[in-house]
Amino acid sequence: MRSSGLADALVLGGVTLYATPVVWQLATSLTASGDPADVMAGLSLAHYRAVLGASPMPRALANSVGIAAAVTLLAAALAAPAAYALARLPVAGRRLLLLGIVLSTALPTVATVAPLYLIVRALGLRDTWLAVILADTSFALPLSIWLVVGFIREIPRELEEAAAVDGAGRLAALRHVLLPVLAPGLAAASLLTFLFAWNEFLLAYTFTATEASRTAPVALALFPGVFETPWGDIAAASMLASLPPILLVLALRRHLVRGLLAGSLKE
Amino acid sequence: MLAVVTVYPIVRVIALSLERRVPIFGIADFVGLANYAFLARDGAFWGAIRVTALFTVASVAAELVLGVAAAVALRAQRRGVAISLSLLLLPWCLPGVVTGRIFEWIYHPSAGLMNRLVAVVASAQPNWLGDPRLALPAVIAADVWRTTPFIALLVYARLVGVPAAVYEAAAVDGAGRGATFWRITLPLLRPVLLVALLFRTLDAVRAFDLMFILTGGGPAGVTETLTLYAYHSLFQTLQLGFGSASAVVVGALVVALAWGHLAATGERDAV
Repeated sequence: MRSSGLADALVLGGVTLYATPVVWQLATSLTASGDPADVMAGLSLAHYRAVLGASPMPRALANSVGIAAAVTLLAAALAAPAAYALARLPVAGRRLLLLGIVLSTALPTVATVAPLYLIVRALGLRDTWLAVILADTSFALPLSIWLVVGFIREIPRELEEAAAVDGAGRLAALRHVLLPVLAPGLAAASLLTFLFAWNEFLLAYTFTATEASRTAPVALALFPGVFETPWGDIAAASMLASLPPILLVLALRRHLVRGLLAGSLKE
Repeated sequence: MLAVVTVYPIVRVIALSLERRVPIFGIADFVGLANYAFLARDGAFWGAIRVTALFTVASVAAELVLGVAAAVALRAQRRGVAISLSLLLLPWCLPGVVTGRIFEWIYHPSAGLMNRLVAVVASAQPNWLGDPRLALPAVIAADVWRTTPFIALLVYARLVGVPAAVYEAAAVDGAGRGATFWRITLPLLRPVLLVALLFRTLDAVRAFDLMFILTGGGPAGVTETLTLYAYHSLFQTLQLGFGSASAVVVGALVVALAWGHLAATGERDAV
């Protein structure tokens, strides 16, 4: 094709231009004045020092890491056996269950936040990690199960049957035969769960009250400003809150694409 | 387990919606459908339905068109596709609150990027989020920016799967670029576009973070979607019963959309 180099440059230029809002925020965070136009005059880490030294952000980032990791582990641990049962075992009412699971992946968080709020209050869990972890998991679980069911169905049954013939018990066959083949699929589902839990705002905002459990998005939404809005500090806090999802997506792009495609292109 | 964490809250929210429940006063009475009757009479509720419909239709339409255009451009790219994909995923993976904060700053009346660009061509300095005529389009633009990459990625993945022979045959038959796109590419994309349409419509109806950060539903309610309306009635006044009624409406709407899609595309049988 003629001038394919030019076409490539145009597309790359286009996607770079598309990232302008992020670049603008990054430039804001790196200038002492908080005015991105000054970015040529010299970079400064003053806003990062302010955010990391004297704001609720460090604690919120730690909360987010703990909560998102726990949700990811919990959802994977629950989704894998549930998905196996739905994909392989003669479960009564399986079609109805699967339909319910697909439909509940569509449920908005605001729909059930009120009963979850009452449960959290009744259990005395307000403002704890556990409240956010349980609420997030209840929303992450249906999609995880649905994705993993699809991944298990792609694996030929013969694999497990062969293991059974070789004298392996069902559990041993699962651990040594099915789990290794399923690992990339589980990784894809876990990545989506982690991103959901890290980015989730409504539930975390409702169930937290102090720095003890506020997640990064909540702390960013409530970022303190006394007389005027500290745009430079907010920009630095935004970049810090975005770093984990950005790094994960860049590192695990292939897994992510697999998960997204599996979730949307069910045949 | 699933029954406990997912089904119980659904049953409970429906029960709650039939109660007058204000925990701070210890009120919990069964009132039947009174909350729904009040909803039907509340002008703000119908306003929220209108805003949700406008937001959903406008943002999903824009995302589909831009997403397909981006995917076709990506498919034509020879080198650097990995870089393009990574850059495109950037807006998609950011927390919604971060996107809200980014656009709040971009729309800032005096120091924002938008008005710096506007100043180059005009003397007006619009207040993007404060002007009732501009606030909803401004929020929609932020949503389009955030979610177009998802559609671009889905469509791109489908385009990669189309054998080159299909296009070569079209070229041999003398089909031009336009004809190839309308007659071959678009029909091939139909299934993936239907899926993208469903996913994005659900997400748009469920959207919350962006408006919460950017406008809080204002000015004068012009950006108050159903989700914000439900959240406000739930937690600003802690009327859990009445708020639950509006939450049930949002949930039922979304589930009905998903069900309708499954039924229409016959994917219910794939379940």
